[in-house]
Amino acid sequence: MTCNLCRDPYLPLEAEIVDRTQESSTIFTIHIRFVECECRERFLFLPGQFNMLYLYGVGEVAISIVSDPEEKKILKHSMRAIGRVTKAIQKLQPGDRIGVRGPFGRGWPLNQARHKDVVVVTGGLGCAPTVSVINYILGRRDQYGALKILQGVKHSDDFIYRKQYSKWQESPNTEIHIAADQAGPKWPWGVGYVTDMIQSLTLDPDNTITMMCGPEMMMRTAIHSLVKKGIPEENIYLSMERNMECGIGQCGHCQYGGLFICKDGPIFPYPVIKSLFSVEGF
Amino acid sequence: MDDKISYYLPHAELQNLIHALHQAGYSCVGPQVRDGAIVYDVLNHADQLPWGIRDNQAPGEYQLEKITEHKAFAFSNGAQAIKPILFKSQETVWKVMRNSEGKLIFQPHHPKEQPIAIFGARSCDLEAMRIQDKVFIEGQNSDVRYKSRRENLFVVAVNCTYSSKNCFCVSAGTGPEVSNPFDILMTEIENGFVVKIGSERGEAIINHLHLQPAYDFQCKVAIENVENAAAMQTKRIPLDNTRGLRDLLFSNLDHPRWNEVAERCLSCGNCTAVCPTCFCHSEVEKPSLDGTCSEHQREWDSCFTEGHSYMTGKAVRDDTSKRYRQWLTHKVGSWFDQFDTSGCVGCGRCVTWCPVGIDLTEELSAISGESNVRIKDDV
Repeated sequence: MTCNLCRDPYLPLEAEIVDRTQESSTIFTIHIRFVECECRERFLFLPGQFNMLYLYGVGEVAISIVSDPEEKKILKHSMRAIGRVTKAIQKLQPGDRIGVRGPFGRGWPLNQARHKDVVVVTGGLGCAPTVSVINYILGRRDQYGALKILQGVKHSDDFIYRKQYSKWQESPNTEIHIAADQAGPKWPWGVGYVTDMIQSLTLDPDNTITMMCGPEMMMRTAIHSLVKKGIPEENIYLSMERNMECGIGQCGHCQYGGLFICKDGPIFPYPVIKSLFSVEGF
Repeated sequence: MDDKISYYLPHAELQNLIHALHQAGYSCVGPQVRDGAIVYDVLNHADQLPWGIRDNQAPGEYQLEKITEHKAFAFSNGAQAIKPILFKSQETVWKVMRNSEGKLIFQPHHPKEQPIAIFGARSCDLEAMRIQDKVFIEGQNSDVRYKSRRENLFVVAVNCTYSSKNCFCVSAGTGPEVSNPFDILMTEIENGFVVKIGSERGEAIINHLHLQPAYDFQCKVAIENVENAAAMQTKRIPLDNTRGLRDLLFSNLDHPRWNEVAERCLSCGNCTAVCPTCFCHSEVEKPSLDGTCSEHQREWDSCFTEGHSYMTGKAVRDDTSKRYRQWLTHKVGSWFDQFDTSGCVGCGRCVTWCPVGIDLTEELSAISGESNVRIKDDV
């Protein structure tokens, strides 16, 4: 998708931080608003798409949008302070200004998933791209079938969004499965692997769309388990991650064989990336 | 405009062509000798051209020699030609000002640049430009900087009449005769050039020169000279640079050759810097010391650097074997998926300028089992 606000897709627009939420010791969410009112109205995006966020004097970083596309005034971006830019963005406070350009990439298959069951599989330290899709479906509960959310973490201490998961759990026709490879005391959820959780699910294979995001190793084993349960490969969608600097397929960093993750993805049906998915180094 | 007519431009009147281009507002860029190599730089006088100079190239080798023939384009190529003119190795993309309240003002950076006329664009260079056009202007988003330079570029193409030992454009299907659009096309013969017109603005320039039509024998010699350049090529790219290379490489991702070549490859990125189609670039931030403004720049990047595949704290391609494989599978493989063409134009620059002389045709030969030695035409 082209940048729908400015003609030069490399030029950011000014936005203001209006709020920030600390999700865990390293994960945080910024709530931003375009300074120009006109931009707020014209900025259209789909869950799963991302923006390039720019911090003055530091640089840009690709971060997915976690807020609802109909909530136009405020955009939310969750990220983990791990790189040069995200560590610096972590220090921003309400009132601070950043640059934003986007939205880029293809989002989740929310139209194909309509009136079907949706299984969301995430792993690692929580995954922002799936937060957007979960909120989207819960906000339009009657348009989708059963929602099953599976979250795997290495250690129970890594689990974030505790409040959000508790809230999601109370939603109608929604199942939450969380498992840690290793659990500390008072861990209310399960112990085990994502694959174990998939095996225990009751699925309607012809009527289920799966969306996943997380470490590639986790996604590989999850796909294997889902296919064993009868889910067709073309109904499994993955959010892929690579170095992204331009967002429009020109800088070359996010190439994945013949694909540019930034513009052909970041969300792909599994068959599209399957040939390289088990090869290291692409 | 009659594109069938060929004109004759004597060597002695070459300066008139430069002058006419200057008068039309162009800055001329052409080949000249510097530091023992042919480089393309601002050309104001015809005597700056590399008269009587020939390049001897081999894997990892580039030497110039003086020859007795008085020709301006007796060489095959240098390390660079068109790429750095249109896609600059470093440039400012935009600037941002920050005022005392922290408000940011983003300013596009589109410097007014004098249009450039490139003198001596070879067939491989023009094919490479056609491929970079697909990257920067023919996709959903075009790069305004590349686009404006490209639209203004005046192309004085020169057919090759000599091939170095690293040239393999015949097998790549990209030369030595120019087949892409040009404004003026010249083929060097004794004492001058046979000239063809390829555009209205090319015609306008040639009209200023009051040239005589070329004689048939001159046109014949020009054709023979280009045929000679084709015939002297000794290298070839296996599978003739076709989509078959893509299928070959992606079905050999665990071939032992990747580790073997990685033992020799220094991962220096020279091949990507001299390649006329490599387009990877990084975004770099240059803040001013007083904290009031910052320049957002881009500079050429290479898939041979660790940072190229950096993602959330680690590199996807953490060793040379993975990086060389990325480069080659992209160049002659996944390029077909992205741009419906090979990314190789057969110029041989990556072979020449590799400090350890890694030859991509040899690597493809090792994986395909098909020879990279060209059997000479029976001409």
